[in-house]
Amino acid sequence: MIEIKNIIKSFNESTIVNNVSTTFLKGKTNLIIGQSGSGKTVLLKCLLGLHTPDSGEIIYDGVSNKKMNDSSKTLLRREMGMVFQGSALFDSMTVIENVMFPLTMLSDKNDEEIREKAEIAIQRVELEKAYDKLPSELSGGMQKRVAIARAIVMNPKYLFCDEPNSGLDPRTSIIIDKLIQEITKEFNITTIINSHDMNSVMEIGEKIIFLVDGEKNWEGTNKEIFKTTNQSVTDFVYSSELLKKVKKYL
Amino acid sequence: MFYLSDIGKYFIMIKMSFFKPSKWKVLRKLIFKEINDLIIESIPIVAILSFFIGAVISIQTALNLSSPFISKSLIGFATRQSVILEFAPTFMSIIMAGKVGSYITSSIGTMRVTEQIDALEVMGINPLNYLVFPKIVALLFYPFVITISMFVAIFGGFLAMTFAGVPSEAYISGIQMEFEPYHIVYAYIKTFLFAIILATVPSYHGFYMKGGALEVGKASTLSFVWTSIIIIVVNFIITQLLLS
Repeated sequence: MIEIKNIIKSFNESTIVNNVSTTFLKGKTNLIIGQSGSGKTVLLKCLLGLHTPDSGEIIYDGVSNKKMNDSSKTLLRREMGMVFQGSALFDSMTVIENVMFPLTMLSDKNDEEIREKAEIAIQRVELEKAYDKLPSELSGGMQKRVAIARAIVMNPKYLFCDEPNSGLDPRTSIIIDKLIQEITKEFNITTIINSHDMNSVMEIGEKIIFLVDGEKNWEGTNKEIFKTTNQSVTDFVYSSELLKKVKKYL
Repeated sequence: MFYLSDIGKYFIMIKMSFFKPSKWKVLRKLIFKEINDLIIESIPIVAILSFFIGAVISIQTALNLSSPFISKSLIGFATRQSVILEFAPTFMSIIMAGKVGSYITSSIGTMRVTEQIDALEVMGINPLNYLVFPKIVALLFYPFVITISMFVAIFGGFLAMTFAGVPSEAYISGIQMEFEPYHIVYAYIKTFLFAIILATVPSYHGFYMKGGALEVGKASTLSFVWTSIIIIVVNFIITQLLLS
């Protein structure tokens, strides 16, 4: 579980994340949604430790970021897995090498054990046939699955995904969403996903926070989001013509 | 102020590349890969350029020594001095700023654009140690490249003079004439400093670049410009300190 309290983050006197507080639940897929530029990525990077908040507190399973020194921050990062928007796979490495990479760098296991663990992670995302392929030889959906395998290979306590569906067709998006949700349940991890994809919201939004101009505007579940009377949320949810038509039948 | 903060950031980057080292097993592989990419693969272009420039230096020297009262051995002497003191260490380094420097900037810059550096940070790996340190170590072998450049350039001059009908004994005695070992020391001190500049300035431009694919190209160009300027300025300072 990750609890954030009054997080504020500014760049060049412009406040990107403004006084956001919430709790991201363990074993559930937590979604941060909002329009582009609403501060989702900056908030996620604060949670990852890539940005230091100007003020506020982030509590990782009872341990505050304010009480952490550099070495405990490094250890915390080893408990985090991240799926980047563009997958961020290492171009010069094959699929198996990409997945083995965190273990090779950070664990004391021997080469055989590392390969075995990496193979299990790749099998989990059903990419057994792509072991020796380079990222450039894979489709966008396959690259995302490799990124998920790399993120889970260290058995993380926290999984972060920055717009995992970006650039994917709706069908592949759902497969990726489902995979992330299954992994969250299977490993009982705290998963936080940045998204503006309404399919993801409907499919896997067990806990949703909605950001507007860096501020938390609404919080709830995928069942509640369609019933809310919050104007900003309904404007966002029913922004497409298709969903506007669907709304008429709800 | 802008340049001061850049200079500060550059030195912090160098310092940080020695901190939180990755596993030796991993670093060793990376160092060998960088030695191959930055050193071994540079040898052919260095050899070709050195050969022809050595030949041109000797031809131009011969052209200016047309008087029968001046010994032909001076051609070898002038070629040796030009190559050892300036051409091999300095101008070859500027050429390498284009080849090696733009490779370093574009490879690190692409990793920045595609979030691969962020991925390293999230994993708790020091990206500067992983990316920059192996390049610094690999370029410690750069004097080896410059040694090849010196030999090949002098040999290029020798062949050019042989074809031009200058007695080979005269050229060989020229390259042995008034040999000053300190000039070799001076050349290698310069080469060592240029190696550090070649590894770190392009790394800095790649690592701290912002933007997308277009900016990778711009960062490579900027890195070449700054590496060349820094090499020329450092060359002047070192020459003032060691030879004046």
